[in-house]
Amino acid sequence: MNNALQKPVLTIRDLRLAFGDRRHQTPVLHGISLHIQPGEKVALVGESGSGKSVTARLAMGLLQDSKRTHVSGSIWFDGIDAAKGGPEIARRRGNRVAMIFQDPTSALNPTFKIRGQFRDVLRSGDRSISKDEADRRAEAALAEVSIPDPKRALDSYAFQLSGGMNQRVMIAMSLANRPQLLIADEPGTALDVTVQAQTLNLMHELTEKTGTSVLLISHNLGVVREFADRVYVIYRGRIVEHGTTAQLFNDPRHPYTRALLAAIPKISGGGLPDLPERSPEFENPLITHEGCGEPAEALS
Amino acid sequence: MSEPGSPVLASRTRSKAWAAYTADPLSVIGLVIVVAIVALAIFAPFVTPYPDHVGPTGDFAAMNAAPSADFWFGTDVIGRDLFTRIIYGYRLSLIMAIVVLAIATPIGVIVGLVAGYKGGWTDYVLMRITDVFLAVPPLVLAMAIMGFLEPTLMNGMLAITAMWWPWYARLIYNVTRAEAQEGYVLAAETVGASTAHILFREILPNCWPSILTKMTLDIGFVILMASSLSFLGLGVQPPTPDLGSMVADGAKYMPDAWWLTIYPALAILLIVLGFNLVGDGLREAFEAES
Repeated sequence: MNNALQKPVLTIRDLRLAFGDRRHQTPVLHGISLHIQPGEKVALVGESGSGKSVTARLAMGLLQDSKRTHVSGSIWFDGIDAAKGGPEIARRRGNRVAMIFQDPTSALNPTFKIRGQFRDVLRSGDRSISKDEADRRAEAALAEVSIPDPKRALDSYAFQLSGGMNQRVMIAMSLANRPQLLIADEPGTALDVTVQAQTLNLMHELTEKTGTSVLLISHNLGVVREFADRVYVIYRGRIVEHGTTAQLFNDPRHPYTRALLAAIPKISGGGLPDLPERSPEFENPLITHEGCGEPAEALS
Repeated sequence: MSEPGSPVLASRTRSKAWAAYTADPLSVIGLVIVVAIVALAIFAPFVTPYPDHVGPTGDFAAMNAAPSADFWFGTDVIGRDLFTRIIYGYRLSLIMAIVVLAIATPIGVIVGLVAGYKGGWTDYVLMRITDVFLAVPPLVLAMAIMGFLEPTLMNGMLAITAMWWPWYARLIYNVTRAEAQEGYVLAAETVGASTAHILFREILPNCWPSILTKMTLDIGFVILMASSLSFLGLGVQPPTPDLGSMVADGAKYMPDAWWLTIYPALAILLIVLGFNLVGDGLREAFEAES
């Protein structure tokens, strides 16, 4: 595969995480490895509490500086290992990684108009940008996410816009500085389904256009199937199956993945199968589909 | 689209807040009282009939005069016009309240922001210090401080400031704890914003409604506290006109020269009431806006 020749944007190797003090540690991640190639859309799927959001936060460098977290392994992004670092990591990367959150309305500060917040975002990418230039770029960015009247949106507060509008504003802001990687942690879970679909389409189009890699965190297999090129299934802090979207959905091999897929309600009815909440089979070792291995060479 | 994002909306929320403020006639009355008192205090030398009665000398010919057309609120034992002295007393009270709050609020707000956002040991140490101050009854604490220091205007303000900031620390601590969970704080963290930026540019603006409301309510209470201190002889010293010491001095001549106590006491009541009503109205207005 020529994919393997490119250097991945994000490489996570044997990432382990435990919460707690020195004496009592609760392991949360048991050695996660994943990678994302430039321009690729990768999904991390799992149930609540499986460790998917924690992985995203570690990749953003948000959890490391707490005294109650213990991290080992490595998270390579842009030549920096973020596994040990704290806020400096976030500062050094600046806006080369962006993140989209579950609730777009709370992710915007309610005391400032969108205009000012957008200016701040653009200024963090380009210190010398003038106000007029920033406003012009903000308007263009909002037009790109099909906001009908960008000027009006810029002069509004987040709480004056609908959830879907805010989500689009967030997408525009997060991609405004052309990041290499966009981490979307259950984007739009707080929104209703049709709006969620619209925004996912937008995100897909835009990241395609800018060549931004995406790590999509989700429990929604429908969303993943539509959106992602490659999928990692995570269960209780372990990756259990890894393959391209087509491989995984057409030929699920791990018992847990099969159970997950069986849990999708069918529109033809027939009810949900009676699935065990836990099963020793779910703990089976990782199954990797053909051509989807982790890049082997040392990365630094 | 049916988005409520029209450009007139910003001004509409402002007028909505104003409508919420004016909906309660009491808040309007409070505002009128406050504006009137502040105006009188600012223009005291021009609106008072006997501006030179501020000092130690009065008009001995008119000692202990009952309220009349010449002396609206009567005169004191050395013939000084009480109305004049009350207006100047307001002036002093307002200056004290502003100075105390101007020092206590930033201290309390910074302590609250840092403790609420940082958490852990920082939180523990800062908030336990705050609790120590809160555990002592405020007036007793201020009296203890004044016991050590000379009873001057400066020290009086110092004593009140020392007991005032912990309330702001507590208030802002709680607001910060809630705001720190919000997505916009996380969003700022992900791009590596500095702690100072997150505290003062992201969280602080969301604390302003709480701070402003509390400050307005507190002006009245600081004035009350200052008056209590000077009533006990621990505040401003004569001949500077101070509402609290006027009440104390006049009490000796009750009930014959009743005006010496009643009018300054009513004056304190009026200003405290005025600021409280404004504070309540502001709280409602801020609630309507959010």
